[in-house]
Amino acid sequence: MIEPFTTLESTYVVLRADNVDTDQIIPARFLKVTDKAGLGDALFSDWRSRPDGTPDPDFPLNRPEAQGARVLVAGANFGCGSSREHAPWALVGWGFRAIVALSFADIFRQNAMKNGLLPVAVPADIHELLLAARELDPKARIAIDLAAQTVALAGDAPRGRFDIDPFAKECLLHGVDELGYLLARLPDIERHESTHFS
Amino acid sequence: MTQTHPTTMFEKVWADHVVGQDEGAPAVLYVDVHLVHEVTSPQAFDGLRARKLRVRRPDRTVATMDHSTPTLPRALAVVDPQAEEQLRKLRENCAAFGIQLYALESAQQGIVHVIGPELGLTQPGRTVVCGDSHTSTHGAFGALAFGIGTSEVEHVLATQCLLQRKPRTLEVRVDGKLGPGVGAKDLILALIARIGTGGATGHVIEYRGAAIEALDMEGRMTVCNMSIEAGARAGMIAPDATTFAWLEGRPLAPSGDAWHAAVDRWRALRTDDGARFDASVSLDASAIEPMVTYGTNPGMGIPVTGTVPHPDDAPDASARAALAKALDYMGFVAGAPIAGQRVNVVFIGSCTNSRLGDLRAAARILRGRRVAPGVRVLVVPGSKDVKRRAEAEGLDRVFRDAGAEWRDAGCSMCIAMNGDQLAPGEVAVSTSNRNFEGRQGRGGRTLLASPLTAAAAAVTGCVTDPRTLMGDAS
Ligand code: SF4
Repeated sequence: MIEPFTTLESTYVVLRADNVDTDQIIPARFLKVTDKAGLGDALFSDWRSRPDGTPDPDFPLNRPEAQGARVLVAGANFGCGSSREHAPWALVGWGFRAIVALSFADIFRQNAMKNGLLPVAVPADIHELLLAARELDPKARIAIDLAAQTVALAGDAPRGRFDIDPFAKECLLHGVDELGYLLARLPDIERHESTHFS
Repeated sequence: MTQTHPTTMFEKVWADHVVGQDEGAPAVLYVDVHLVHEVTSPQAFDGLRARKLRVRRPDRTVATMDHSTPTLPRALAVVDPQAEEQLRKLRENCAAFGIQLYALESAQQGIVHVIGPELGLTQPGRTVVCGDSHTSTHGAFGALAFGIGTSEVEHVLATQCLLQRKPRTLEVRVDGKLGPGVGAKDLILALIARIGTGGATGHVIEYRGAAIEALDMEGRMTVCNMSIEAGARAGMIAPDATTFAWLEGRPLAPSGDAWHAAVDRWRALRTDDGARFDASVSLDASAIEPMVTYGTNPGMGIPVTGTVPHPDDAPDASARAALAKALDYMGFVAGAPIAGQRVNVVFIGSCTNSRLGDLRAAARILRGRRVAPGVRVLVVPGSKDVKRRAEAEGLDRVFRDAGAEWRDAGCSMCIAMNGDQLAPGEVAVSTSNRNFEGRQGRGGRTLLASPLTAAAAAVTGCVTDPRTLMGDAS
């Protein structure tokens, strides 16, 4: 089971960068774990702290207004690089429930949805709007409605729809994972095996 | 005869593996080969246990240890207790679920994407998955091979299937002939520099054209390996005589009559004449030069004869900011020639460039030369098999005589999980596939390049066009 995602209203953290790769989201030295717990502390580890280990107060996640935010807003091609599911585990561990970006890397998008973390790809105008609102007011809130597939500034009319795979959407809305669906197809899988090579 | 419309190789392999598809749902895709390693599997096995499930097809599942393993003599302890625990868990899980494991002491151990083909597990027309993005490597054989996350590892362990939406297709056509000193790594770095790290998102690439056909299997694996660095779901190359010759006689390849039947099937996989791709890009191989990256993603590549680009020339504000940040991290000045930049470390290895041909290329430069003073050079073979064969032809002596370290098989400094890593600020020329910030150690600066270019840097201590050291080679 994953935590269902229906609607979310929250403050948000802005990371003004394209091509945020999974080595930044969680550096490889934190991949030696054998469970999923506690990875939130390692989120963006190399960007959050200075080389001497002290926190960088200017990094967006370290700002006081970032505390309690459930949404991260970033640029294009978020999550590129490795297939490590530790990336969404770390994002969820920190407290995020949705990532809003101009676009996502394929494997990250898949991994995120399997952990109840909603990837929201928005067009440039909505992205601009979110960035501008956050500049004006660090307490600006975003409203995401998965059923309606809309994004808005809280209290504002929805400004745009986002696309999501209809199957993944159902899974997220109801908090079900895909394995149950696959297990129910075992008879088909056996039939396939009996008729195919390789 | 019924008229069927021409289809691409990808579509043929895809169609052959779709178990079924419900209205509105993704396809249930059958997985022929599931490769497993220590870093992305423990949570998946825990998930199986929690649901009281077994591994459905242990006979289609193969595991190895590569990411966090030491590459110094194996008698030495694993670098830290956490890594050791990960390796212990993999042993325990493979034993409990009946999975073949090529553990550290195995004669076949190596990087997962090196041993799959070596064993003959990777075959044309198969679907191959692994909890590792460079699974795209196996597409060099005309397999449909892609990386998956740990949840999906669990799905495959439990059902031998995945839920997948059908990707789009991208034709990458490379005509012409690569020049001397220019190889597969340069070709793929040139492509990624052209289309960007997100340029192939949502697509399966098929590499075609004379320059691709002319590559040997190792070169084809290098190209397909880095498909993911352009964002592609997978990369594929049509199987041909080169492929069949490489596979014949491998331990798990078919033999006798089955071999001939398999080759007949494999020949039919090629993309039909007139088949349509969703998108297409072409490159002229003869225009490609030895490539090197200057920035912090694999798309930031230039010819080794080039200069570090200027942020002012970037197309938009966000690219400008990204480039300025990258140059700041790398310590490079816009407009400076990349050749001549000082290098502290040279890493020759990784699933991109750790096969015998890669080591021969590096040895070609290093033979009879010495590593420049102050430069540390690590040569890490991709598998024990590569190591044995390299030693049989004396390559280890070439490396050692030159002053390089000759290591055991593993991922090593590609991912810096096993103790081999850069110190902050150090500059490495690396034959691996990712130059992200901190990839090879926090604060480390990575320049991606071919084995020839890496070896040239080892000898001169700075970024060097390898062609300047190849004049006297026969
Ligand atoms: S060599 Fe590097 S890229 Fe390849 S599998 Fe190992 S860590 Fe991943």
